[in-house]
Amino acid sequence: MSLDYFLTVSVFSMINMILALSLNILIGYAGQVSLGHAAFFGIGAYASAILTVKLGMGYWPALLLSVFISGLIGLLLGLPALRVREDFLVLATIGVNFVVVSVFNYVKFFGGPYGILGLPRPSLFGHAFTTREYALYVFLWTLVVVFLVRYLSNTYLKLGFDALREDEDAAESVGVSSPRYKMYAFAIAGLLAGLAGNLWAHYMTVVFPDNFSFPVSIGILTMVVIGGVGTLIGAIIVTILPEVLRFARDYRMLIYGLIIVFTMFFMPKGIVGSIKGLIFGDTPLGKKRVEKVRRIAGAQGRITGR
Amino acid sequence: MLQNIVNALVLGSSYVMIAVGLTLVYGILKILHIAHAGIYAFGAIFAVYLCEIGLPLVFAVTLSLILSALLGMIIYKGFYKHVLDRGHIVPLVMSVGLFATMEDLYRLVWGPYKRPFDVYIDLPDVMTMDLYLSSRGLLMLIVTAVVIVLLYLLLMRTKLGKSLRACSNDLGLAGAFGINTDRSVAFAFLIGSSLAALGGILVGLYDNTVYPTMGSVPSYKAFVVVVLGGFGSIRGAVVASYILALVETFVVYYFGFLLPRDAIAFLTMILLLMFKPEGLFGKVRR
Repeated sequence: MSLDYFLTVSVFSMINMILALSLNILIGYAGQVSLGHAAFFGIGAYASAILTVKLGMGYWPALLLSVFISGLIGLLLGLPALRVREDFLVLATIGVNFVVVSVFNYVKFFGGPYGILGLPRPSLFGHAFTTREYALYVFLWTLVVVFLVRYLSNTYLKLGFDALREDEDAAESVGVSSPRYKMYAFAIAGLLAGLAGNLWAHYMTVVFPDNFSFPVSIGILTMVVIGGVGTLIGAIIVTILPEVLRFARDYRMLIYGLIIVFTMFFMPKGIVGSIKGLIFGDTPLGKKRVEKVRRIAGAQGRITGR
Repeated sequence: MLQNIVNALVLGSSYVMIAVGLTLVYGILKILHIAHAGIYAFGAIFAVYLCEIGLPLVFAVTLSLILSALLGMIIYKGFYKHVLDRGHIVPLVMSVGLFATMEDLYRLVWGPYKRPFDVYIDLPDVMTMDLYLSSRGLLMLIVTAVVIVLLYLLLMRTKLGKSLRACSNDLGLAGAFGINTDRSVAFAFLIGSSLAALGGILVGLYDNTVYPTMGSVPSYKAFVVVVLGGFGSIRGAVVASYILALVETFVVYYFGFLLPRDAIAFLTMILLLMFKPEGLFGKVRR
């Protein structure tokens, strides 16, 4: 196995981790199932492609702007979530995915089916990143995202998400504004997926509409589902799976599909979540966690009123 | 003009076939049965296979419909039934997984190719001054009309139809009044799946191509119809199928809209979900 192959696989794995973490915020934290996550990913990639290739912007301002744009569009695409719940939100996000990909495909400005070529690699002090340096760069971003998500898990925001996920009406009744928290969730997920898209696009240096089509969304969902909704560690472990499965490339969708079906069948909490349940007892939150939630909620005095 | 309307009718008929099953299932179990389109593709693929090995068309279609119906029931009995008590999301995610699995299986077994549906249909082509409708399009319209009438009779005039309607109204209450709900649901899957397969066969005939991923777009597009039709109302779904087909056809024809027709359908659905979440013909439910 050559170093370059290893680096490429690691870069893809790390980008997948960011994607899984980002979808996890929607599904695992806020309970808003989105099946159009590839659309956010694609918006980040295309925004950066257009800014650098078509508008001749440098990489760094383009990075900031593309992530900002994806967050903003994430917010916009989160609008349907305000009106529809659960399964119909899933349909709406699937629709969003199809619409976004067909916009990429059919609007000339986005390059059509041939995509946009020739994205620059980022450079620092006049030195363009080599593959090795780029992998390090992506690694740093992954660390940042992991710590950011870890940090979020300890904030009031996360408690709001928990409340939203467990019972929307109950959350409303104790003063957690569900539209506001839904918008937060979609904006954060959009930001992170946009970052992943940016990193991916500048690694590949080309973007095509097909890179962001619906099967990609299923792939991202698989990562989250296997990891176990709401856990961080699961998303990270499982992102390596597509790379391990690369030898079975031809059967990838089949394996994804079977994994999804059987995980839902036997371990709806996800593989990692279920094993954790076996070891630490089957409370939905875990004893320590319940204590912690009580403590924070007590301090805030806003969620439970206790 | 006339040509557009006829084209839209053919298109709408293909939506009816797949949307009816989805509506039945959603109406009763309240789950989004995405793998339904897997059965749609299965019906077409299996019918083509049977024709290729030399069976006559009618026999091939019948056999394919029976197998598809059984497949639908297996999906219910083997999968959904066991996860119904786990909320809406688990069956839905499972359904997405099932659909991905089915599509990939077809691709592996059948090959990724498009194959023609080479059979002779004993119907004339309709050709006048400003209208062309192939014999296969004509067949589609006729079969759909027959199916709609039969479905109406089944739902309104038979005991089975009555129990289906009762289940769709309130599954728990229907059970409490002594209806064998499990059997009714199984029947809903049988009927819906065979209609989906019939839809797949008719579309395969009309386009004269059958391929493993032919269900991909219909799988999600049919939900546009279910949403438009007001979630679980068969009559609404039938009407919505034709409305959607007309809107798509005319928007593409007159405005030359820059997006493909599928995107139009999805945009319609998103907007509808946002501004009129109960659907065009639905009652307000909260």
